[in-house]
Amino acid sequence: MWEQIRANRRRSAMLISLMGVVLVLLGYCGGEMVLGGGGGFIGLIVAVVVLLAQLAIYFAGAQALVLGGAGGAELSRDDCPRLFNIVEEMQLASGLPVTPKVLLIQDPSPNAFAFGHKPENYTIAVTSGLLHRLNRDELQGVIAHETGHLKNQDVQFMMLAAVMLGSIAVLSEIIWRTMRLGGRARSRSDSRGGGQAQAILLLIGLLLVILGPMMARLLYFACSRKREFLADASAAQFTRYPEGLASALEKIAQAAEPPAFTNNANTPMFIVNPLAATAESSSVFSTHPPTGKRVRILRSMAGAALADYEAAYRKAHGGGLIGAQSLQSSPAQAKRDASDEGPVLGRREARATVRRNAGYVPVRCTCGMEIGVPPGYERKDVRCVRCGSVWPVPAAQTAVPPVLAAAQPLRYTRRINGWESFRCGCGHAVLISPTFSGNSIRCTGCGRQIEVSTLGTARN
Amino acid sequence: MSVIASISLLVFIGLIVVAVIVIAWAIATYNGFVQLRNQLDNAWAQIDVQLKRRYDLIPNLVETVKGYAKHERETLERVIQARNMAVSAKGVGERAEAEGILTGALKSLFAVAEAYPDLKANQNFMGLQEELTSTENKVSFARQFYNDNAMTYNTRIQTFPALFIAGMFQFTKREFFEVKAGPEREAPKVSFS
Repeated sequence: MWEQIRANRRRSAMLISLMGVVLVLLGYCGGEMVLGGGGGFIGLIVAVVVLLAQLAIYFAGAQALVLGGAGGAELSRDDCPRLFNIVEEMQLASGLPVTPKVLLIQDPSPNAFAFGHKPENYTIAVTSGLLHRLNRDELQGVIAHETGHLKNQDVQFMMLAAVMLGSIAVLSEIIWRTMRLGGRARSRSDSRGGGQAQAILLLIGLLLVILGPMMARLLYFACSRKREFLADASAAQFTRYPEGLASALEKIAQAAEPPAFTNNANTPMFIVNPLAATAESSSVFSTHPPTGKRVRILRSMAGAALADYEAAYRKAHGGGLIGAQSLQSSPAQAKRDASDEGPVLGRREARATVRRNAGYVPVRCTCGMEIGVPPGYERKDVRCVRCGSVWPVPAAQTAVPPVLAAAQPLRYTRRINGWESFRCGCGHAVLISPTFSGNSIRCTGCGRQIEVSTLGTARN
Repeated sequence: MSVIASISLLVFIGLIVVAVIVIAWAIATYNGFVQLRNQLDNAWAQIDVQLKRRYDLIPNLVETVKGYAKHERETLERVIQARNMAVSAKGVGERAEAEGILTGALKSLFAVAEAYPDLKANQNFMGLQEELTSTENKVSFARQFYNDNAMTYNTRIQTFPALFIAGMFQFTKREFFEVKAGPEREAPKVSFS
């Protein structure tokens, strides 16, 4: 298991440095090409700036990008003890140093992904659709796959690879455009002094500009697919039950609709590529291997060890996946039997959990309907959508944060005699009409009575 | 003379290089062993945590079941007995055996519970059942992780030439944690009294 990680780390380091070399060469040769002799160093500086900018974008917005505005709610143990137990089981099986956080996303499409580039940030996100569609064994398989990604440090690697890929693409775009704009005139004036070395540099630069982004992209996608296979192998090893993941993958692929928060940046993270779930073949530009093939490999495993996955992979795909050293150090493992437990969270339960975490207040009607009152709901009663009866919204919904309530006195002195508004302690604007003649007013935001001393008492 | 001097110098440098390589290898091997051993200790601690948690959950479970299934005293007593035995067990082998018996006793308890619909619907019981089932899973996952690591460790310290380092610094073989199968699941007893 440790060999596997070490081998992965070695391979990632190699790949990232290869991409780094491409970037440096691109910068230097591009500089020479566009700016003429001696421009190489300016090109290098541009390359570094581009890389730093990409890194900054990544670190500033990684989480938002990954979630794509899905806004999941972090679950606590009490929300769904079974899901938590499964995550903890997989943490123990994988020897991950921390228990990942669990994020529940309200989305009918079943899917899951893992993110976080430090152990403290490790998070496994699941959609509510996943929770009520899979039984315990299947969910365990999915969580094991995601734990495998975390354990193999795929998240960091894929993110870093994406940054490098982005930098190469941006840099070659810059070079290409400047070349088309003003390169021609300069190259004519430079052709007198240009030596053979210069010509070679130009040739390398041109090749890199044209081929670099393409090669980087191919490399990126090939890595992404390989990491998926590896995470499958890890999942089988952790759970000792490849069938669980296999049937989960089938179910996920069958649910055709992709989650609402899918974008190109986060597709490599999902357990099944949501944009191409049912594709039977994968091109060189796929982030995920075809689901059918993954299922076939998992189902044809003789045991549950890495070596069994390797054997099945060789038969289905040809070529090796896992390094010989990792295989040697991983002991033989038999499969276990299926458990007979059903879904972890019912459809309604899952939705209620998400809503509770988002601050919704449940109101139960006598007709059996549960109405979720969203945060910020202003009225004090709510009409049941099924039977039409009206129910009061519980006080917890409209309560003012205690600190705020104490800080603001519940008294207001009028300043003018016409239309007038002031802010209540809860932050809500209270409007007083010219015909107002009472000595207290109810805040429509929090429902408190506010004493109003009228202008009359002060008027002379 | 100068030829001999330069040859002996070469040999000397060669010896130093070899010595440096050997020492570097020894350090790397030793550190690798220490890392593996710490991982093993940690894995063992994880098993321990889960086993303790199981011991803590069982009295609660027995109390809950007692309220609904008074006629199952025998099964309940067996669970308590198995638990106490497991708590007081010493050594990897003895403990593994006691755990096997406890697992069997718990299985028969849950099988018995099938006959009491009220008990099965009890929120507390459902929670406890989930916790115990999962704790059981966690024990086996932690055990599986421990055993995989113990296997790697044992192979590593017995392989030539690293075995010299292992012998020198007393890295000894680790016992596997194998739970022996306890008594089989019993058919639920249904009493018509």
